[in-house]
Amino acid sequence: MRYLPKSPADREAMLKAIGLRSVDELFAPIPAEYRLARDLKIPRQMAESEIVDFFRQRARENGEDYTSFLGAGAYFHYRPVIIDSLISRGEFLTAYTPYQAEISQGTLQSIFEFQTMMCELTGMEVANASMYDGSTAAAEAVMMAVRLTGRRSVVVARSLHPEYREVLATYATHQGMPLSIAGCGDDGRVNSKELEQLITAETACVLVQSPNFFGTIEDVAAIAEIAQKNGALLVVSIAEAVSLGIVEPPRQADIVAMEAQSFGVPLGFGGPYCGVIATREKYVRQMPGRLVGQTVDKQGKRGFVLTLATREQHIRRERATSNICTNQALIALMVNIFMTVYGKVGLKELAKQNLAKTAYAAGQFAKHGKVLFSGSPRFNEFVVQTSEDPRVINARLLGHKIVGGLPLKKFYPELGNAALWCCTEMTTRSMIDTAVGFVAESERSVRPAGEEPVEEEVAR
Amino acid sequence: MRHTTPKATRHVNQNEGLIFEKSSAGKAAWKLPPLDVPEIDVSKQLGSSQRKDLGNMPEVSEIEIIRHFTRLSTWNYAIDLGMYPLGSCTMKYNPRVNEAVARVEGIANAHPYQPEKISQGALRIIKTLSECLIEITGMDAITLQPAAGAHGEMTGLLMVRAYHQSKGNARKKILIPDSAHGTNPATAAMVNYAVENLKSDSRGMVDIVSLEAQMNEDVAALMLTNPNTLGVFEQDIHKIADILHANGGLLYMDGANMNALVGKVRPGDFGVDVMHLNLHKTFSTPHGGGGPGSGPVAIKKSLEPFLPAPVLVTKSDGTLGFEYNRPQSVGRVRAFFGNFGMFVRALAYIQANGPDGLRQTTEDAVLNANYIRKGVEGTFDLPYATPSMHEVVFSDKLQAKKSVRTMDIAKRLIDYGFHPYTTAFPLIVPGALMIEPTESESKEELDLFVEAMKSIAAEVEEDPQTVLDAPHSTRISRLDETAAARKPVLRWKPAV
Amino acid sequence: MAYPTDRKYTKEHEWIQVNGNSASVGITDYAQQSLGDIVFVETPKVGAEITAGKTFGTVESVKAVSDLFAPASGTVTEVNGELATAPEKVNSDPHGAWMIRITLNNPGEIDGLLSAADYEKFVAEEAGH
Repeated sequence: MRYLPKSPADREAMLKAIGLRSVDELFAPIPAEYRLARDLKIPRQMAESEIVDFFRQRARENGEDYTSFLGAGAYFHYRPVIIDSLISRGEFLTAYTPYQAEISQGTLQSIFEFQTMMCELTGMEVANASMYDGSTAAAEAVMMAVRLTGRRSVVVARSLHPEYREVLATYATHQGMPLSIAGCGDDGRVNSKELEQLITAETACVLVQSPNFFGTIEDVAAIAEIAQKNGALLVVSIAEAVSLGIVEPPRQADIVAMEAQSFGVPLGFGGPYCGVIATREKYVRQMPGRLVGQTVDKQGKRGFVLTLATREQHIRRERATSNICTNQALIALMVNIFMTVYGKVGLKELAKQNLAKTAYAAGQFAKHGKVLFSGSPRFNEFVVQTSEDPRVINARLLGHKIVGGLPLKKFYPELGNAALWCCTEMTTRSMIDTAVGFVAESERSVRPAGEEPVEEEVAR
Repeated sequence: MRHTTPKATRHVNQNEGLIFEKSSAGKAAWKLPPLDVPEIDVSKQLGSSQRKDLGNMPEVSEIEIIRHFTRLSTWNYAIDLGMYPLGSCTMKYNPRVNEAVARVEGIANAHPYQPEKISQGALRIIKTLSECLIEITGMDAITLQPAAGAHGEMTGLLMVRAYHQSKGNARKKILIPDSAHGTNPATAAMVNYAVENLKSDSRGMVDIVSLEAQMNEDVAALMLTNPNTLGVFEQDIHKIADILHANGGLLYMDGANMNALVGKVRPGDFGVDVMHLNLHKTFSTPHGGGGPGSGPVAIKKSLEPFLPAPVLVTKSDGTLGFEYNRPQSVGRVRAFFGNFGMFVRALAYIQANGPDGLRQTTEDAVLNANYIRKGVEGTFDLPYATPSMHEVVFSDKLQAKKSVRTMDIAKRLIDYGFHPYTTAFPLIVPGALMIEPTESESKEELDLFVEAMKSIAAEVEEDPQTVLDAPHSTRISRLDETAAARKPVLRWKPAV
Repeated sequence: MAYPTDRKYTKEHEWIQVNGNSASVGITDYAQQSLGDIVFVETPKVGAEITAGKTFGTVESVKAVSDLFAPASGTVTEVNGELATAPEKVNSDPHGAWMIRITLNNPGEIDGLLSAADYEKFVAEEAGH
């Protein structure tokens, strides 16, 4: 076996040194009746070339040459090549959690930079070293709010990513945390009247996403006011990190729970991604996840260590802030490199391109179908309502190797024939025009003559 | 530093500030293509939601970024540099073909919501890995959704709760041996179970008499790590399973140490009802400085209705797809389908090994641990003489007489070119030295390690101060962790 | 360090200094020594009820968390805010660095606690193990 650095003679010599005659004696502690006397029924040992072939074949079955308008919590942005060259260095790739600070300064300093940039981008005072992903970060942020306030119930916007809501429901079930859902208004934002009515003296926090699942930017300041005057905290979930280049961050929030996948992390069929929790300094001791802090060594030289570890499971055990052990260090490093590459100016310009492509696409779609929630600002996603079921339109598009917007019937049946479309800097005008063409054709074929859509998008 | 070894040493003479300290306005490492749609007026689009300033985000060029991170990387120890004997962490070789296939276009760029029709490749990978893991564990079904080991524990206990609930009584508590990982009690608390400690006997195994006394109808499950954190196989495993099952309880196995068992024995065969695996331990996916992990949960048939949704199924037309309608499911534990990129790597590892390679891997891991045990025994105190599987736990009892503790010895090991072992865990061994070499070490590397341990023990006798002041060969010396915790500085700020 | 005789001690290493109906609570020199560098003190809010023998807060060192046990029952009237920014005071002046002040529910409870001499004897035995 090519990964094992021993010759048969080495093994013999080692057994002899231990004083054993055969390898079987090493496994004597396992009761004989349970020992496996046969080979595992798994694929035979394969050559490296065969393994590569196997996965190339799977990639071909996986729409590798399709273009797509999918977003909905997982975004296709360009990944600068230096991300992979740098994270492939064995010193990053094959290191463990930096518990031994003297020989882990590379990882520690890069996490410190990551935490700093996350603070700059979110407008928060402290950020952790990363969480599993955006969905679990949102659930953990809510549990953090419960600990901070001593209250237990939670008000969640229906415009929060539906799968994030599902994850939160799973986490909340056995914590005795009742969830109530605030609906979405005609403007695509959380219905603030309904939100206010749902908040009680027992509400620990309000959880909204901005830009929300429909791509609409919430009025975070107004929501914060409603929550905070009732003694509840505001948790803001951000699924599209690139928005932070041009959209005002949720500075009024108490906790920000983010998914940073957009920053240089491959789509990878849904993971691994990179969650982040950021908050105010005064709340840091209730924050879950690893934290890196700056300090000095014996000679007074600057260095970095994992700190405030008493919050964590390996010390506090059943009374820890969370059971989380790993962070997503390597993914956080991708994010860190991406943020460094684009930096102060690039992130803004990148976000602006996303905005421009989306404005163009929404304008074009509005000429033929109905673009919902057009009164509110949006980032890079929008909802198109068609006369025909979007799944049918998408099936036609798929024939041209284009994946259309995400049909929403499963998540939001009340929106009818609606789909969520996403444009990034990777979306070309010709892709948009082709997709719009198919929607236009569908509308022409279904809609009675003389009925024209309102072209409000074009005017914007 | 007095001692030199023939091992490679790290690049420690580079100075490198924080990236913010290299930033200046106008430098850039990015270039966007020209816009092929009309320019927009941002303030018109966003109104008051427009962001005006990105604060202290850096502005640097590409070569500076390459040098910055390359220099930082040289301050890290890594498996690629040498032995990383962290007990319980399983720092084995991370094969490069894993990384290559995870980056194949079509795998790396697949969107989780793309139609199933054009996701058959990804679904086939999930299916194949699932089948392999079910066979390796001897269980009946599996979910790959949990993002890490602790997340798998939570998922497993949610299923335990749902199982008992379906029988009319969710029960109240989880039994956890005193040698367990900290995640076990933390997880039980998250699923709203009380934790009851179970003490170990003189062999370092579960005390059967205590278990019998503590077992009753309030106990939902026992969370057992096997081999346990002492590296000891629970020889009474069948009695343990019987005691639990006789009282309607379930046996949860923390699979952190599954690398001692693969191909030799299957948890499903010795009475385990639910268990999680750590793909980043047993199945070679990289630790990457602390993640990502992946924590599949394998279960027996009786728990299948409770699997997190969605569940992968083969449809009537032979294609693969997800089933979302699972009325008894514990729900979703993560958006999308889990850390898919880790599935790709784990499957590539299983394929590279095959049944014979996986068995040999396990045998070598256990052989290596016992070789170290033999080499170091006598020099360091061995609190439990019970046979070792894949790791061995010593204590600093002999060195403590000179006021040298396990952490000091660990730090000195750095000067000899090794990463320290795990210190101060498991909690049942005061001053523990927990050593897990894995199968990835050659006899030469193991001999160097044994020699280093003996040399440090001699230093403790002759010149303890050298050990107490270690490490001597690193860019920085021991850091002031107290100052870091008292007045936390968790981000960089520009000088005022 | 000599243990002040103006107060009583618990076997969990807290001290309590009674002044009429109210009392100050802190941890002993022995406690701070065995904990090492203290980095954080978590105390209840003013107005909270604490119960004799039950936990009322925690002290943290870099790698350990220890519970604080109430020597007597009562209501918290004051919290030593200085410790929030200077937890090291607990190490440098353990018998001066009070953590909370309480009004006692039942001043009689104090009688059951250890005197300075008894406490000194107790820690000497404990350290001997």
